[in-house]
Amino acid sequence: MDHTADGHEPVVREEEAIQHPLGIYFKIWILLFVLSAMSYAVDYYQVQGYMRWFLILFFMVLKAGLIIAVFMHMVWERLAMVYFILVPPALLLTLVAIGSLEADWTFFQRGVYFLKELVIAAPASPHH
Amino acid sequence: MSTETMASDSLELKPGIAGFFDDWSSDQRAFKGVPWGKAMMWIFLVSDTFIFGCFLASYMTVRMSTLEPWPSSSEVFALSFGGAPIPLILIAIMTFVLITSSGTMALAVNYGYRKNKWVTFWLLFATAILGATFVGMQVFEWSKLIFEEGVRPWGNPMGAAQFGSVFFMVTGFHGFHVSIGVIFLFIFSYKVARGHLDDHTPGWFTKRGGNYEEIEILGLYWHFVDLVWVFIFAFFYLW
Repeated sequence: MDHTADGHEPVVREEEAIQHPLGIYFKIWILLFVLSAMSYAVDYYQVQGYMRWFLILFFMVLKAGLIIAVFMHMVWERLAMVYFILVPPALLLTLVAIGSLEADWTFFQRGVYFLKELVIAAPASPHH
Repeated sequence: MSTETMASDSLELKPGIAGFFDDWSSDQRAFKGVPWGKAMMWIFLVSDTFIFGCFLASYMTVRMSTLEPWPSSSEVFALSFGGAPIPLILIAIMTFVLITSSGTMALAVNYGYRKNKWVTFWLLFATAILGATFVGMQVFEWSKLIFEEGVRPWGNPMGAAQFGSVFFMVTGFHGFHVSIGVIFLFIFSYKVARGHLDDHTPGWFTKRGGNYEEIEILGLYWHFVDLVWVFIFAFFYLW
């Protein structure tokens, strides 16, 4: 027979798990479909600029949140595990910040040293 | 472990933030009432988050720093079914296939805990088939890009050379995860159908008896694969 991480029998968990009603899974499933369709619509209707970024990130965060919270059972976990999972990945934001600082600098340097290419390519710069 | 600590552990698991400090400062183990396989899977998934996080952060860095125009994914991944090309349609279909498979997986976990053997089997099997469909569509996507569009990891005719390296790296790594998931989904469909989880039959590499908790652990992995796709879809295909 199995033992849990703290040496107890897993009986309690199984009972708890059975009590999740099926309905919530279907609701989240439908929501995920709707959100995916909407994020595809952002591209299909060619929404551009800040509005595009806002919508893409908004739908992304909602979808990710629903998957983690319900499909991965995060809302039913104890905080000791929730924090262990959610807090460390926040460090990735630091990496993103460093990366974008460095990228801007590299972009600028390339502009200086490959001026000719910059003049040709500027209208289609990768920021837009 | 003495019976005394066992008793105090199991009787008093505090909820909320008090429980958080209690669990983390407690003797020996922080994750109370969690099967150790599940705790290990979460640890793996957190580390995997960092791998994909690093990929996406480096993708952002190379894309922001190139002077060349970035190929438009909307056009590159368009398909036409007889008429005008529909932008990004292949990726949209792949997204829906993966979300559908996530739903069947979530239901499989639930029916597993209800010990409903055959419903669990069919849901797992459906998840595996949908996952295999996703991989198949990815093979189609890759061969179209390689043979028709001439995309290579070191360059492509549409613009910035980094497009190819990021594309093959990120979607390749994700596709690899999906493929491993599909293999395990088939293995576990077999184990469920043969009643290994009901009879607590040990697996091939372990003496531990089978248990429906394994379906939840497999489910965590599969949902994670879907989760990563949410980020790839947003950052790589929609940017």
